[in-house]
Amino acid sequence: MSTPPVSPLVTMEGVDKHFGKFVAVKGLNLTIDKGEFVAIMGTSGCGKTTTLRMLAGLEQPTAGTIRIAGKLMNDVRPHERDTPMVWQSLALFPFLNARENVEFGLKMRNQQAEVRRKKALEWLDRLGVSEFAERNVETLSGGQRQRVALARSLVTEPQLLLLDEPLSALDAHLVIRMQSVLTKLQRELGITFVYVTHSQSEAFAMADRVIIMSNGEIAQTGIPRDIYREPANRFVAEFVGRNNIISGDVAKAKGKKIEINSQIGIFKFNANRPAVPTVGKAVTFVIAADLVEVTRTKPKADNVVECTLISEEFIGSMVTLFLETADGTEFKVQLQERELAKLDHNSGGKFYLSWQAESAHLLPSEKSI
Amino acid sequence: MRQSSLLTGVLRGYTLLLFVFVFAPIAFSVIFSFNSARFPTIPLESFTLHWYETIWADPDVWEALRNSVIVSLCTSVLATALGFATAYTDYRYNFRFKSAYLALVLLPPTIPLIIMALAMLAWFSKIGASGELWSIIIAHTVLAAPFAMAITRLRLNQMDKDLESAAWNLGASEWRAMREVIIPFCKPAIISAAFLTAAVSFDEFAIAWFVSGLNKTIPVLILEIVQGNIDPQVNAIGTFVFLVSITLVVAAQVFFSLRQSKGST
Repeated sequence: MSTPPVSPLVTMEGVDKHFGKFVAVKGLNLTIDKGEFVAIMGTSGCGKTTTLRMLAGLEQPTAGTIRIAGKLMNDVRPHERDTPMVWQSLALFPFLNARENVEFGLKMRNQQAEVRRKKALEWLDRLGVSEFAERNVETLSGGQRQRVALARSLVTEPQLLLLDEPLSALDAHLVIRMQSVLTKLQRELGITFVYVTHSQSEAFAMADRVIIMSNGEIAQTGIPRDIYREPANRFVAEFVGRNNIISGDVAKAKGKKIEINSQIGIFKFNANRPAVPTVGKAVTFVIAADLVEVTRTKPKADNVVECTLISEEFIGSMVTLFLETADGTEFKVQLQERELAKLDHNSGGKFYLSWQAESAHLLPSEKSI
Repeated sequence: MRQSSLLTGVLRGYTLLLFVFVFAPIAFSVIFSFNSARFPTIPLESFTLHWYETIWADPDVWEALRNSVIVSLCTSVLATALGFATAYTDYRYNFRFKSAYLALVLLPPTIPLIIMALAMLAWFSKIGASGELWSIIIAHTVLAAPFAMAITRLRLNQMDKDLESAAWNLGASEWRAMREVIIPFCKPAIISAAFLTAAVSFDEFAIAWFVSGLNKTIPVLILEIVQGNIDPQVNAIGTFVFLVSITLVVAAQVFFSLRQSKGST
């Protein structure tokens, strides 16, 4: 999608955050544009929530600068910012009804009672929960409470909305519903969403740009497709999706075509980046699990590995097979559930995995991760 | 399950006995307060309101009641405020020696009353403050604040950790968040603490007796009447005190267990 020229709304430069001896975030450089939907993803303790809390002013950075709309925010108190947050726990006020919850931000801005009421009802209506306006929030369902919480954060019409794993407490079918509610709202309002999650499906489904964090640092930033198909390093390759990772030394190199010697054999790859590694260099390739074919007879292909089946993971129409080679190297293959029947996979025996040279993605030369 | 029904029966009987043991003296006191005989003997003589009329007409009783009401109201307000502040400190902040601080805060009710009363008397006379109504108030506040603290702390522990941050995040300053979120959330506990601390103060005898001087409270007055002679007036006053205390305690219980909800369910 082409968008008109945008200016950065959020700029974080060299941001560190320490809690005592624990370094939660280190050397974070990040710009977020106006109207962008950014997802920050990582395992727990990777610094994603701390980053979000620093944007809300709930934590002060130990070093570095944070600017929002050009203004230096380091020492601005939380209540002096306009950075509402949707909390994982929702943090609705239990002693207020749904409408009063939504009115809270307006009340703190000393708006008149009728104005507050009108705006709150408008937002509850927009999110499809106006019929529960006078209900005690504790009697609402998870999805309804979620919508009330969203209305509460959006009622002040902020430029920036922070979301901290807001869907993690919902049932799977509600998550999908809320995802479309969120993306629709974000497009309509044109405001910036910063969405923290550990869920790859949420991040990939909604975000314009995904930031992967690991140990307080950014491991990769990019559009979902690039993160998925072209991981920047081993961490991202292992964290995202179902990737098979093969390391080895370059044995032959002819143009883009190279051959590597690995622990489990010789493989042919296409080096899909400008800097083609030279002979003798250690390289790592990533092959996404859905690009690997699995057959019971030895196929003709650039690369073939012989495996035995260890286990399978069934998620609806997709199945992931976990296999291993004779020396214990694990491979993952993703395929449609209906293809599984043809494999007669319960009878044991040998499986052949194969992939084309161009299906693999060459990782940039390894940093020490 | 015959065995368990037998056990249930035994437990029920035991509980009943326990209640009889606790409440029989009070019940007798109430009964004798309506009995015309001068001495508490059975069989009862005729029903009378004479003893109530006597205390109603006694200016000393009115004076003591006035003192007791003032002391327990002031104690209730002060102790509840202090208790809330302490509980909030515990909830909000982490600091070195916090457990020592909490232990100190909760200490007063564990000190034998007589020792506390003597210490208070010694201290107040040293600073020339003994025998005043407000010296009883201070002493009772020391005694009652830990109860208020314990009740408020229980409530704060039930609070979602993000609630206060959410208020700041929506534009509430720290004071405003306190007023709009923390206090409303703690309201049942605060009301309950107010009732309970009032009850603690209204009943309290030892400290009041040592510190009060000429400003007698009701429990002090009761002792003075009993010291003189056996007078069924005591039963009448006692019945009254019991009613006030039990009302306060029940109110405290009701407010604390009240599920706070707003709007229709």
